[in-house]
Amino acid sequence: MWIYQKKLEFPVNITNPDLMMAKALMAQYGGPDSELAAGMRYLTQRFSMPDDRLRATLNDIGTEEIAHWEMIGTMILQSMDGASLADLEAAGLIGHYTMHGRAVYPADPNGVPFTASYIQSTGDPVADIFEDMAAEQKARATYEHLMNLTDCEQYLAPLRFLREREVVHFQRFSECMNILKELYPDGKQNKLRR
Amino acid sequence: MTECELLSRISEVQFVCVELNLYLDTHPTDSAARSDYFSYSKLLAELIGEYEEEYGPLQGFGHSPTDVGCWVCSEWPWERNR
Repeated sequence: MWIYQKKLEFPVNITNPDLMMAKALMAQYGGPDSELAAGMRYLTQRFSMPDDRLRATLNDIGTEEIAHWEMIGTMILQSMDGASLADLEAAGLIGHYTMHGRAVYPADPNGVPFTASYIQSTGDPVADIFEDMAAEQKARATYEHLMNLTDCEQYLAPLRFLREREVVHFQRFSECMNILKELYPDGKQNKLRR
Repeated sequence: MTECELLSRISEVQFVCVELNLYLDTHPTDSAARSDYFSYSKLLAELIGEYEEEYGPLQGFGHSPTDVGCWVCSEWPWERNR
């Protein structure tokens, strides 16, 4: 089970809201490489992972991703707080306003809603961990794009933190891949079983 | 410490714990990291206890044994500092 702690992992306090950033940040709230996708991917893949160290890594990184998802939701909410219809229209958020008002919703910046087809769980540990390493790199690249879109420290500080977490998670998943190479030196991690 | 300072201290120590926890997931026998994780976990529990005695529960489902404050009426993290 999970225990909720009524605080963010890293503080978010946006008092100079930027609607363009609200829209762009949706990539990390409901996009294919979002924090939501990451959390669901790892917490789902852990069930069929063969080694205790890999199960622990997926469980604990998956849990941290949900805390990151909460940070991104907070950033989007605070960025849209009190925005006028004219400002929402100028930022290309009229579609979002029509369907969701000023609420947070798991869709990407183009309005494409989150779907489980963004994640995989193949039952093959090598295939799954490779997907996880790629997901961390894609999320890091997305954070760098987001950081290119703003000069505001209120956005940059949490984005720097989140980008760094992607780097650390990639490192841990790389270690998981090395563990798998030791466990299956013959590459037969997915023997044909009927 | 003010509420804000104490929360910030909790976040710092918790970050050390998150990092050590993830590291230990792939290096479970590293005794230096285990010993650091133990000391920082103790410090984190002390700081959370101190916060909850003064300002109320930080965690739900029975993990915050305190009479002070109120789980429902304290601010949600997305409202903080607003």
